[in-house]
Amino acid sequence: MSTTEHSDYIDSDTGKMGMWLFLFTELFLFGGLFIVYAVMRTKYPEDFHQAALELNAFIGATNTVVLLVSSMTVAMSLTAIQKNKPNIAIGLIFITLILAGVFMMNKYFEWGHKFSLHLYPGSDVMKTLPHGEIMFFGLYFMMTGLHALHVIIGGILLTIVMFKLKSGKINQEHYLLQENGALYWHLVDLIWIFLFPLLYLIT
Amino acid sequence: MKNHDNHISSYSLNLTVLLILLVLTTTSVLAIKFHFGAFTVAVALIIASVKAAIVLTYFMHLKFENLLLRLMVSGVFLLFAIVVVITFIDYYFR
Repeated sequence: MSTTEHSDYIDSDTGKMGMWLFLFTELFLFGGLFIVYAVMRTKYPEDFHQAALELNAFIGATNTVVLLVSSMTVAMSLTAIQKNKPNIAIGLIFITLILAGVFMMNKYFEWGHKFSLHLYPGSDVMKTLPHGEIMFFGLYFMMTGLHALHVIIGGILLTIVMFKLKSGKINQEHYLLQENGALYWHLVDLIWIFLFPLLYLIT
Repeated sequence: MKNHDNHISSYSLNLTVLLILLVLTTTSVLAIKFHFGAFTVAVALIIASVKAAIVLTYFMHLKFENLLLRLMVSGVFLLFAIVVVITFIDYYFR
């Protein structure tokens, strides 16, 4: 942006508001699924109780901690660039990316275990389960899957931010992309804050 | 316009926020082990909402944003709450 003459007209407040508007649509994307979950849980309380016992609360709790810490490191990277410490900002984003990797690895083992038990949508085992349990596992795979997709997209976004920090395109004066990348990452964390108790904790 | 006028959150504030979030997470894990019966879901959701509010306020810097943006975010959450209420009214009274 620094090469164009009208670069000073880039309004960071407007850019950020655009990001928030996008986050609102994300909220309703997941919100819709939360509503389906709430209604189905009311309709099939026993089946949901049985099915939720299958989930590993320890992996869920571990991933909660991982995401919360990564949310802090990405928030700190913003502090670092505002204080004109690009190398610290790069390091903190790198830690965030590693934590994203840890989250995805846990998810891989978790899903892998479910698949080895033949608990996946459309499997022979799944077809024998009561209707409410099928709903629970369907929602579980849909919600955690959609969330994991957001972790991957957030990871790609933060990788781009990291390289732009390296090249100096993001600096103490212009860091809107990093701010918006951080906002996206916090949204990923925000959604998990609700997914964790609803799917893993409440049985 | 440059990002000059932005508030800078200190490292220590971010760390404090994380510690509070971790304490709340532990609380919700323990609270659910103690079974509040019918209140279990409510307890879990209240703690999750408090955590979400903290993330929005501090990590997402809403505390330091302008009034318009804060009103927009509050408005969207209010809208979502209304949608949930209407859905359940529809579910219970159809």
